[in-house]
Amino acid sequence: MKKIVCLLALIGCLVAAGVAQAQVTINGAGASFPYPVYSKWAHKYHELTKVKVNYQSIGSGGGIAQIKAKTVDFGATDDPLKVEELKTEGLFQFPTLIGGVVPIFNVPGVEAGKLTLSPEVLVDIFMGKIKNWNDPAIAKLNAGVKLPDLPITVVHRADGSGTTWIFTNYLSKVSPEWKEKVGNAKAVSWPTGMGAKGNEGVANNVKQVSGSIGYVEYAYATINKIPYAKLINKAGKAVVPSLESFKAAAAAADWKSAPGFYMVLTDLPGENTWPIVGATFILIHKEQLNAEKAKETLKFFDWAFKHGDAIAQELHYVTMPDSVVALIQEGWSKEVKLAERTGLKQLWP
Amino acid sequence: MPQAKDIVIPATARPRIRFNADTVFKGVTVVAAVVVPIIIAGIFWELLILSWPALKKFGWRFFVTEVWNPVTQQFGAASSIYGTVISTLIAMVLAVPMSIVIALFLVELAPRSVSKVVSNLIELLAAIPSIIYGMWGLFIFAPFMAKYVQPFLGQHLGFLPLFTGPPMGIGMLTAGVILAFMILPFITAICRDVFSLVPPVLKESGYGVGATTWEVTYKITLPYGIVGVLGGIFLGLGRALGETMAVTFVIGNTHKISLSLFAPGNSIASSLANEFAEATEPIYLSSLIALGLVLFLFTFLVQVISQIMLRRLYRGWSIKL
Repeated sequence: MKKIVCLLALIGCLVAAGVAQAQVTINGAGASFPYPVYSKWAHKYHELTKVKVNYQSIGSGGGIAQIKAKTVDFGATDDPLKVEELKTEGLFQFPTLIGGVVPIFNVPGVEAGKLTLSPEVLVDIFMGKIKNWNDPAIAKLNAGVKLPDLPITVVHRADGSGTTWIFTNYLSKVSPEWKEKVGNAKAVSWPTGMGAKGNEGVANNVKQVSGSIGYVEYAYATINKIPYAKLINKAGKAVVPSLESFKAAAAAADWKSAPGFYMVLTDLPGENTWPIVGATFILIHKEQLNAEKAKETLKFFDWAFKHGDAIAQELHYVTMPDSVVALIQEGWSKEVKLAERTGLKQLWP
Repeated sequence: MPQAKDIVIPATARPRIRFNADTVFKGVTVVAAVVVPIIIAGIFWELLILSWPALKKFGWRFFVTEVWNPVTQQFGAASSIYGTVISTLIAMVLAVPMSIVIALFLVELAPRSVSKVVSNLIELLAAIPSIIYGMWGLFIFAPFMAKYVQPFLGQHLGFLPLFTGPPMGIGMLTAGVILAFMILPFITAICRDVFSLVPPVLKESGYGVGATTWEVTYKITLPYGIVGVLGGIFLGLGRALGETMAVTFVIGNTHKISLSLFAPGNSIASSLANEFAEATEPIYLSSLIALGLVLFLFTFLVQVISQIMLRRLYRGWSIKL
């Protein structure tokens, strides 16, 4: 008899544990750029709360399509949707992370951090106008650096990507010619160079090809230990890409007067501002149907804003400044509602 | 030992069971066989429908323009088609003679033990996943090309427009060579089988009248197996045309037609692999699917020709296919 009671108690415990386990699962999909951080956040969050967050890194385009089709609880994208599109689709958009795009190079004899480029020179290199590393325009910026007589090979992304979007956005801002001839998009018709798939592809090609220059997310440059160039920013100062100079860009942006948080962090003022910075965004529906899921989704990002800094920094990403987080949460309480038969109900806080 | 005829099956049970099993078996096989052509037709249909917007918008010029601009939404397949053809051509030029020579060596010259080991090794090459070829190509072979092969070619054959430009290691030539490595085992295996099927009596007669090994090879083995060799070549061709990952790693992925083989280019398969995921605009997607349609027709044609060739060969040996 005792045995049976024990057994029943044990089964009871297991069932209870099972019920506790079977909690909400939040599904998200989209951009690959923030994937390392989101998945690590999700892992940690699961340990703490038992709420499961599935994030599939399928690309920004896919993320937008999935959230529009309502197959996921949140979508993620690197290039922000414009306010009009947010309105017609009934979506709320907010930034979560900031990352920098950095020019990386492989020039024999030139060490990391020794190469400085100006916006004009960068544009001319990617335009195919400056063809050799010993070009006087580069030499002028780099007095004391021995630049070899070596043809420049531009390495760009072959796949559509948010990184390209941010990079070409910068080039379009600093060069009217680039804007007119090439433009700003996730994939463009490159005037010169070779393409590689993914950040890791560009990083590898630059490593392999002597005389090459490319652009990658900062994290890929640091992890792969590829030398990156300094850039002269809007204030005329040569800046080294770092988490601090990315943060400076985020702080320099005027988030308050950006409806839908539509904000591109390229070519911003400030002495320490890295000029090619981009945010990555989350998309959720303004009218939520499932109270529990909606609430858990917001709770997850709330936790990430509050406690996710360390994980993000470890992976070379920057989280949003507190002032922006306050704005985002204000947006949550004002705009994200639970749709009930009786009308819309506030979800947050 | 009971003989088969000793086993008695009750007369009542026998016909019913056999009838059922046979019907089921026949049904399953028929369905399985019919599914294949249906799927092929379905793929073709779907490709045609989905690529229609692009084909309608750009017309026949889609196939001859080099422009590929996602910003202005102007698309042309010329560079992808060119790259597919050229990289495949390089692969064929390198792989075909080598395959035939290897096969002849294995069948005619090598001792049995050597032949066996080398055959197995070559078949092992065929089993390596293409992404491994791609990674090997990018990390080991491309730097090798940049350091030794391309400077050498540029120095000695630089007067040809084919071998001009900076030796980057990544580009059309490297892609072609990698493709050659990949199709080599296929062509070799088929050639070896074909050559070993040459009736010994023919070869022995050749040797009997005093022919050398070279004469027997050139005048008996090769002509006898030529159709089979062609079939093998087309099989390799089909694979080279559609190869994706390995090519994507080393071809350079640029929508440009360059005469120089050192320059980066692209192929249909590599464009699809790169761009499909983020092509959100309808006409962009449709253009990519149109590229897929072109590749589908290419490989389909090649397969049909290879099948006809192989069939003719087997008919020649009165083996029913």
